[in-house]
Amino acid sequence: MAGGQVEKRVKYKSSVKDPGTSGFLRIKEAMLLFVPDDPKSDSKLKVQTQNIKSQKYTKEGSQKPAWLNLTNKQGRSHIFEFGNYPDMHACRDFITKALAKCEEEPNKPAVPASTEQLSIRELELRFKLLKENSELQRLHKQFVESKVLTEDEFWATRKKLLGKDSIRKSKQQLGLKSMMVSGIKPSTDGRTNRVTFNLTPEIIFQIFAEKPAVRQAFISYVPSKMTEKDFWTKYFRAEYLYSTKNTAVAAAEAAEDEELAVFLKPDEILARETRQKIRRVDPTLDMEADEGDDYTHLMDHGIQRDGTRDVVEPQNEQFKRSLLQDLNRHAAVVLEGRSIDVDSEDTRIVAEALTRVKQVSKADGETGKDANQERLERMSRVAGMEDLQAPQNFPLAPLSIKDPRDYFESQQGNVLNAPRGTKGLKRNVHEAFGLLKESIVEIRARGLSDPLIKPEVSFEVFSSLTRTISTAKNIIGKNPRESFLDRLPKSTKDEVLHHWTSIQELLRHFWSSYPITTTYLHTKVGKLKDAMSNTYSKLEAMKESVQSDLRHQISLLVRPMQQALDAAFQHYEADLQRRTAKSSGGERPNGYV
Amino acid sequence: MPSVASKQYPDDVSLLVLLLDTNPFFWSTTSITFSQFLSHVLAFLNAVLGLNQLNQVVVIATGYSSCEYIYDSSLTSNHGSFERDRTGMPPLFASLLNKLEDFVTKDEELSREEGNEDRTPSCLLSGSLSMALCYIQRVFRSGHLHPQPRILCLQGSPDGPEQYVAVMNSIFSAQRLMVPIDSCYIGVQNSAFLQQASYITGGVHHTPKQLDGLFQYLTTIFATDLHSRGFVQLPKPIGVDFRASCFCHKKTIDMGYICSVCLSIFCEHHKKCSTCGSVFGQSKLDESSSVSDKKKKASQT
Repeated sequence: MAGGQVEKRVKYKSSVKDPGTSGFLRIKEAMLLFVPDDPKSDSKLKVQTQNIKSQKYTKEGSQKPAWLNLTNKQGRSHIFEFGNYPDMHACRDFITKALAKCEEEPNKPAVPASTEQLSIRELELRFKLLKENSELQRLHKQFVESKVLTEDEFWATRKKLLGKDSIRKSKQQLGLKSMMVSGIKPSTDGRTNRVTFNLTPEIIFQIFAEKPAVRQAFISYVPSKMTEKDFWTKYFRAEYLYSTKNTAVAAAEAAEDEELAVFLKPDEILARETRQKIRRVDPTLDMEADEGDDYTHLMDHGIQRDGTRDVVEPQNEQFKRSLLQDLNRHAAVVLEGRSIDVDSEDTRIVAEALTRVKQVSKADGETGKDANQERLERMSRVAGMEDLQAPQNFPLAPLSIKDPRDYFESQQGNVLNAPRGTKGLKRNVHEAFGLLKESIVEIRARGLSDPLIKPEVSFEVFSSLTRTISTAKNIIGKNPRESFLDRLPKSTKDEVLHHWTSIQELLRHFWSSYPITTTYLHTKVGKLKDAMSNTYSKLEAMKESVQSDLRHQISLLVRPMQQALDAAFQHYEADLQRRTAKSSGGERPNGYV
Repeated sequence: MPSVASKQYPDDVSLLVLLLDTNPFFWSTTSITFSQFLSHVLAFLNAVLGLNQLNQVVVIATGYSSCEYIYDSSLTSNHGSFERDRTGMPPLFASLLNKLEDFVTKDEELSREEGNEDRTPSCLLSGSLSMALCYIQRVFRSGHLHPQPRILCLQGSPDGPEQYVAVMNSIFSAQRLMVPIDSCYIGVQNSAFLQQASYITGGVHHTPKQLDGLFQYLTTIFATDLHSRGFVQLPKPIGVDFRASCFCHKKTIDMGYICSVCLSIFCEHHKKCSTCGSVFGQSKLDESSSVSDKKKKASQT
């Protein structure tokens, strides 16, 4: 039992001068909750009723807006600005009652029922759903506020909505940009030979992820051997050399500077990983099969990078990376996504975290030394002889229409066996055909009947056709596709639709309460039944109130609703009778439900 | 290949394929005789031909056991002699009546051979619909310009549920060809086939109330060509009978069982689909009802 609650739109002000945050104020017996419209706003508020010391409010006649000022026991005040006075008074009365209750039972825990122990989060979710869905809000207002259903009952049937929303709320992992790092162009100022690279944490992450050697070098060199700035300068010098495609210069520089060489040489760690992956490739895969697909040797073919053709020269091979290698590596990293949850500006932390992740996955990759053994086993498994294998039995049955005549013609066997009601029509074939032929002879002999049609008959046909067309137009509407609902006045249409949804809601609760096992369910069903008969009379009233030309259609629409309600009433009565019969039968004391 | 639209005459030239119900078992029960009916229809055909010089009319007889083309206004042989015989019958229809008589004789022989007296006294609608569609298909594929085709079913016999699949397939092909099927049902019951045919293909369905005014109905409703239909208020049916026939007993059913594999329709629950052989589990409906039966019994004891 939730002892009722009040829910109003208010503006919350932490002080008199505060412009205020608009949102919902919901007051229950035990606490008072303010949820702002803007979910990001941090002015959420939850006050236990027992903590409220006093309340003040603006007088109705004064020019001031409707304010309610609550002071808690710590002396802080919360001001709520209402849209109108009646709202404010409703809240004020409610709080007064709640306060009185708190004082009455000071020793009792202020949280009377489990229903109150909802997390704020869930309440927020409910508010949000109500706000987004006006239909839901209407239903909520109609049933919860009139106490036909309790708050929990109402939401119990909508767990799905709540659940879905909470899933949506879970934080989504940010992916990586698909742009390649090499796409970061150095910017030159044109006058000097200075080249500037811009480096952001994201780029650094990407470089580390794509080039384990750079990551390794960073961990071993920085800060023991060089500063971070020196490290990146060196790295980009290498990249620059690489982008000039001058492999000879690159080779020369690498010979002089061993740290620089690290960046220019092929990535040893990557190579190791690749070798490992190759080992895991299905041994029966024929890698040579698609060699013919390579047509880079054709004219006008090849991959453009930075405006130049990517041609692989034979010499200085070790200082070359082909675009395809880069592209593949980059694609792999992007697909992998941001595998670490470190959101740090510190480059070293990022590098170490990445290394850790890699090591873990490597450990996963080669559990034990018998990887080779496993590989051999797999090879023998895959290379099994097809004709030695057991036939594969898939659990599916192919569609087999044995005889298409079964489908397109009659399935005669059944037809013959089936008893037919046409026995009485045993006809004399000869006689029937004879009559037909006589008719044909007759028309050939006498020609068309003259006059073909009597004017009176013609007139009758016309008037009946006119009648048919005009009544059909009345019933179907001018446009047959147009639904009858669209022809109703908007208010009536809304009313009809609303009745449908509310009846559905009531019926859902009604039927789900059966079989009645507890007193709680019994009272619930009673309440629901009252609400339903209420709706029933509303339907009747609506039927009476519409214009006479729409009445027929409205009653057609209303009939299924009433039928559904009637079924529920019938069930209710029958159940009640059964119960009373049982209890009067002496099995249970009288009056026991 | 030029599209269909560009091959059509710019205006309202129509090709009317009339399916004429010649089921003797129907005509032996009606209030108007077949000869009266024929004079209405022949006058109507004459009127359609007179509406536009290029209009074309094809008549297909829908018999009890067979169907046949009995008239095609595009064939020159019809225009052979212009002299009227003493009955005042237009010469073009003399050949129609001749052919009709031959057809009825043949149909009688076929019916005797068949000798199945258990069949519902329906006409072979599926056959004549297919013939009409074949004819229209040929018109579509030949010549530079072709008239706008439409089919008119003039039927009084009750539906033959055993033709359900064939009729529905013809209806769907007509829908694909964008050929409307008009239907004028002159029988006593309602024809679900014709209602569905007209509904699906966008044709007109009407059930005349007075058969002695048939000519008036035909000229008022069914003589309008497709172009003019956009400007004319034609009677619209208030509801359409969408019921299907089951495959097993050829009964028209409101509710039934559908094979989830091949979509065959059955009126009762089978263990196995008689069309495709799929084995069905017990239906949920049966299960729940039997469970509730058990429950009832349990609670009563």
